[in-house]
Amino acid sequence: MSKQYGLIVLSVFFSLVMALMPLPISMESFRPDWVLLVLMYWSLALPHRVNIGAAWVTGLIIDLATGSPLGVHSLTYAVTIYITASNYQKLRNFSIWQQGLLVAVFLALHHLLQFWLHHFLLDVYFSPQYLWPVLTGAICWPWLFLLLRKYRRHFRIR
Amino acid sequence: MNLLFGRTISMQLRLTIAVVLSVMLILGDRYTSGGTAVRTSLNTLVSPLLYLANLPYELLSTSAKNLTSREQLLKENEALKNKQLLQSEQLQQYAFLAQENEKLRALLGSNPRQQQGKLVAQVLSVHSNPYSHQVVINKGTSDGLREGLAVIDELGVVGQVIQVGASTSRVLLITDTTHATPVRVLRNNVRTVVEGMGKISSVKLSHVPHSLDIRIGDVLLSSGLGERFPEGYPVAVVTHINRDEGRPFAQIYAQPVAQLDRIRLLLVLTDTPQMQEVKIDE
Repeated sequence: MSKQYGLIVLSVFFSLVMALMPLPISMESFRPDWVLLVLMYWSLALPHRVNIGAAWVTGLIIDLATGSPLGVHSLTYAVTIYITASNYQKLRNFSIWQQGLLVAVFLALHHLLQFWLHHFLLDVYFSPQYLWPVLTGAICWPWLFLLLRKYRRHFRIR
Repeated sequence: MNLLFGRTISMQLRLTIAVVLSVMLILGDRYTSGGTAVRTSLNTLVSPLLYLANLPYELLSTSAKNLTSREQLLKENEALKNKQLLQSEQLQQYAFLAQENEKLRALLGSNPRQQQGKLVAQVLSVHSNPYSHQVVINKGTSDGLREGLAVIDELGVVGQVIQVGASTSRVLLITDTTHATPVRVLRNNVRTVVEGMGKISSVKLSHVPHSLDIRIGDVLLSSGLGERFPEGYPVAVVTHINRDEGRPFAQIYAQPVAQLDRIRLLLVLTDTPQMQEVKIDE
């Protein structure tokens, strides 16, 4: 039981490291939001284990690690994971490419919420490059989905 | 999947609790001073994560260092020796000038300039919030850092410490939209304020009247007025002036002197109280 939680936490931890790892500055704005993608997968696969609470805590860690105002990522992660976790039965029935499209919509919601919160808090102005992670995230989704499904089945996380 | 029906707490309630907690956090973070012990300990908690994320880069750069050829090292050594020679010559002058300056200040009856303590810090190359310009450095409260200390590099002002943890801190760069630096023009001591625009290679001078004597190429030094940055460090060089009379103020843009997109080693100016007593000698 606790080992299964440990494995989920391990995958989220790995995604946190991926999200914080340095990239060449030209690639920086294309970096997909790995943490949110991993959380989305778990909230679809095991919605009774990973849902809003886990998203909130992970968002707080991201806030601390990337230096954004405390609570911003918690809020947007909680809202996005609420949508996926409460519609998991519908979302599971889509093919993997259709899921990718829907994930793009959720990612867009997340990044626009992020932008608006930062707009009110830090006075930043919109630039279309803030939305690159939506596209790259949706492209990465099928592969991440297959990878995590293999991980989940191999370790029989239920 | 044993929970087909019924949950302990409904999703809606969970979401409501999460939203309320986040809004409280956001407001608390925004409208209270950040320097609380809670914030510091939270920052300390995530710093292992930052060190871990920095590890691949660190490994790559050490292996790259090990692979540099002998010839390259010799060349670099030569260049550094030349630079050191030039700078030590300037330093000899500096000792003399500092002494003279102190004497003149004593004659004028004004306070001598405060000696700054310095601390070398390395930038941890980790991803930061894309909406704000920040870097993480590998020094924290255990090295005596606290919020509000000025950070410079070998060329000029970089920014200030905004969050501290036990072994890492976060530096807000002068190009961030929320940052403003009080400066004066080196040529004629006119005072003004430099504001960040969220662009790494450009800052703007705000509320500058059309009549102000400022030219392209003017060097802007920190004026020490905000009591964050000590006086006299170069901040930016004026690159673009638009004196459109139809606008209330002149639009003046400048380029930061420090190379903010490729900083690696930084100096944190700690304020060790080394205030010396003024001695007026005949």
